[in-house]
Amino acid sequence: MSVFKHHAKLETNVFLLAVGILLTVITGGLVEIVPLFTIESTIEKVDGVRPYTPLELAGRNIYVREGCYLCHSQMVRPFKDEVERYGHYSLAAESKYDHPFQWGSKRTGPDLARVGSKYTNDWHTRHLINPRDVVPESVMPGYPHLMRPLSFTDADAHLRTLRVVNVPYTDEQIANAKADLAEQVKSDASQAFLARYPGARTGDFDGDSSKLTEMDAVVAYLQILGTMVDFTAVKPESIRR
Amino acid sequence: MSEFVESLRSVWGLWLMVVFLGIVFWAFRPGNKDRFQSYGDIPLRDDDDKERQNGSR
Amino acid sequence: MSAANAALGTQGGASPYYDDVVKKFVLASVFWGIIGFIAGDFIAWQLAFPALNLDLEWTTFGRVRPVHTSAVIFAFGGNVLIGTSFYVVQRTCRAALFGGAGFGNAIFWMFQSLIVMAALSYVLGFSQGREYAEPEWWIDLYLTVIWVCYLMAFAGTIMKRTEPHIYVANWFYLAFILTIAMLHLGNNLAVPVALMGGDSWMKSYSLFGGVQDAMTQWWYGHNAVGFFLTAGFLAIMYYFVPKRAERPVYSYRLSIVHFWALIFLYIWAGPHHLHYTALPDWAQTLGMTFSIMLWMPSWGGMINGLMTLSGAWDKLRTDPVMRFLVSSVAFYGMSTFEGPMMSIKAVNSLSHYTDWTVGHVHSGALGWVAFVSFGALYYLFPVLWRRKQLYSLKLVGLHFWVATVGVVLYITAMWISGIMQGLMWRAYDNLGFLQYSFIETVEAMHPYYAIRALGGVFFVLGGLIMAYNMIRTIRGDVAEGEVQPQAAMAR
Repeated sequence: MSVFKHHAKLETNVFLLAVGILLTVITGGLVEIVPLFTIESTIEKVDGVRPYTPLELAGRNIYVREGCYLCHSQMVRPFKDEVERYGHYSLAAESKYDHPFQWGSKRTGPDLARVGSKYTNDWHTRHLINPRDVVPESVMPGYPHLMRPLSFTDADAHLRTLRVVNVPYTDEQIANAKADLAEQVKSDASQAFLARYPGARTGDFDGDSSKLTEMDAVVAYLQILGTMVDFTAVKPESIRR
Repeated sequence: MSEFVESLRSVWGLWLMVVFLGIVFWAFRPGNKDRFQSYGDIPLRDDDDKERQNGSR
Repeated sequence: MSAANAALGTQGGASPYYDDVVKKFVLASVFWGIIGFIAGDFIAWQLAFPALNLDLEWTTFGRVRPVHTSAVIFAFGGNVLIGTSFYVVQRTCRAALFGGAGFGNAIFWMFQSLIVMAALSYVLGFSQGREYAEPEWWIDLYLTVIWVCYLMAFAGTIMKRTEPHIYVANWFYLAFILTIAMLHLGNNLAVPVALMGGDSWMKSYSLFGGVQDAMTQWWYGHNAVGFFLTAGFLAIMYYFVPKRAERPVYSYRLSIVHFWALIFLYIWAGPHHLHYTALPDWAQTLGMTFSIMLWMPSWGGMINGLMTLSGAWDKLRTDPVMRFLVSSVAFYGMSTFEGPMMSIKAVNSLSHYTDWTVGHVHSGALGWVAFVSFGALYYLFPVLWRRKQLYSLKLVGLHFWVATVGVVLYITAMWISGIMQGLMWRAYDNLGFLQYSFIETVEAMHPYYAIRALGGVFFVLGGLIMAYNMIRTIRGDVAEGEVQPQAAMAR
């Protein structure tokens, strides 16, 4: 066994082998991830993108909970056909407050990055309860259980948590979080609410004004998707990277 | 910025190539041949020989 | 499975290793494999016939899909990896498992409870919304604890080895354990709502958002493939193919180059999941470049595995277990050729978001990961339970063909539907309008979704055949007319 006397340290010392492996696998991630935080042009400078209202956030959480991202992307690629089908290609800025991101990886159903304002609230509600009522060929599951009351009594805690991860919720927004949840489904939502969340859709979303449901939240979220940036006012050179 | 990335990448490419060739040289150096080939036998030299009898075929 | 049983020198009195722990992982692998295959086939039928979603919140595609992916990757694959790694590390180091049977069993039961908790949490509607990293924060913490224990047991065994050289399979296992730890920690950084006064202990928000979150997730997601489903299973290849073929690996020196090149290149490939998205171009280009380079070590490894059989090709004909192992390496070669091709941006513009990706994943997952696992499991059944031979090699052969038909149906259906859908999305009519509405492309997928689901049925069937063969082997039965003279004379 004298042949074993002369081998390199690496193959006989599990600690050195482990360090070698870690050094080898850590580089790629560092080089690809860290610059995304430091290079300024990574996120375009455009106006209009704001944190979600408490109701939209509740809807977004339900979107995550139900795994919608497994069949719907939220990322329009800069191709002629996609831009014609869905709208302006997606900017990094548009999802900068998305924790987690929901760009998706599969389009069993269509992209939803710009679904906001394309259909009526009524269409969305009927579609979510039973997709085949409005799109006979659809393979999407029905979500009748979304008509149950929304439970989001700790909305302020959610906003505070998001502020920890750098979503710029103001003290005022956090203080009013629970009230704003109900405010958004009123047909005469207050000016103060609209000032806090410019461009928010208000009014009843699910056709049942007697109670605040998960459906209200999901539809409110879907209706805001992709509508925050006014692309008629964006100069092309400002979003080129 | 792209300049920085470019320069980073060219230097890295060189460095990587050196390391890679080093590993290839180390692994395929004639002096290492017998040693490495003997390592390949490690799984075949199990203590309980009958295990091999049982397992295969 | 009593403690006394598991102590040094088991029933046979010959093995100095803790094999009862390995037995548990083997049983769990077969169990979770079948559960995971059934879950996958269930959601495949849902896509063909949406009424199967039952419109109950717990049974919709969106909630069951993570159950499928977690069950096959982490429950089936994870149990195979931990089980075989404990088997291989003890034998190639000629040392008993560090921590002994108690530690090994603790890792086993913690890992199984983790699987059950994760699956229940998805069905009940708790998810981080990150593909292949769905479990919420405290389940992530629990996995971290388990993983540290696993690393201790594995590396500890290597440290007390009596064989001077660390065999290359253990390098791959070690890279798999360490890198998965790094990826798991990096991708699950999140702030629990409960920490800021929220009611729910099952909700957190990821530390990163938007484009940075996307890059982190696919750095994780791609390398879960690279290190869980590739490096770990290459370790299996480097032990079980030589072992079954009774000849050393084709080139041990090539395996060293294979190792370092593979682990270095793989980690960069993540951005190819984000081509043409809002991820900056420089990152996409890096991802594409490294993905294409990855083709070389992948094929180096494939050649190393296949050529191990040179001079013993007849085993392919005579030994269906060998057939599983070798076919898996061939599938590995096929999907590691397809992968780099799909990472080319022009190809990706067509394939991304379509079923082609799903087909690609399954040619790797079914053809490579599952087949190499089946080969290793069939090798282990008689060895671990100290039986002279498998209950029936004919049934192994049947499993092989049934599973192969399943895989072929699956991936061809997904190639056709994926490419067709990609082309339909970008088709224009004579007047310059988009030719198809989205729903027309969904309708066109229907027959292929049915064929895919049928392929899944075949694959599930194969799993059941394996379970039957395993149970009969453990009972010590031998199928009629299959008594093997070579094995009979052993002991």
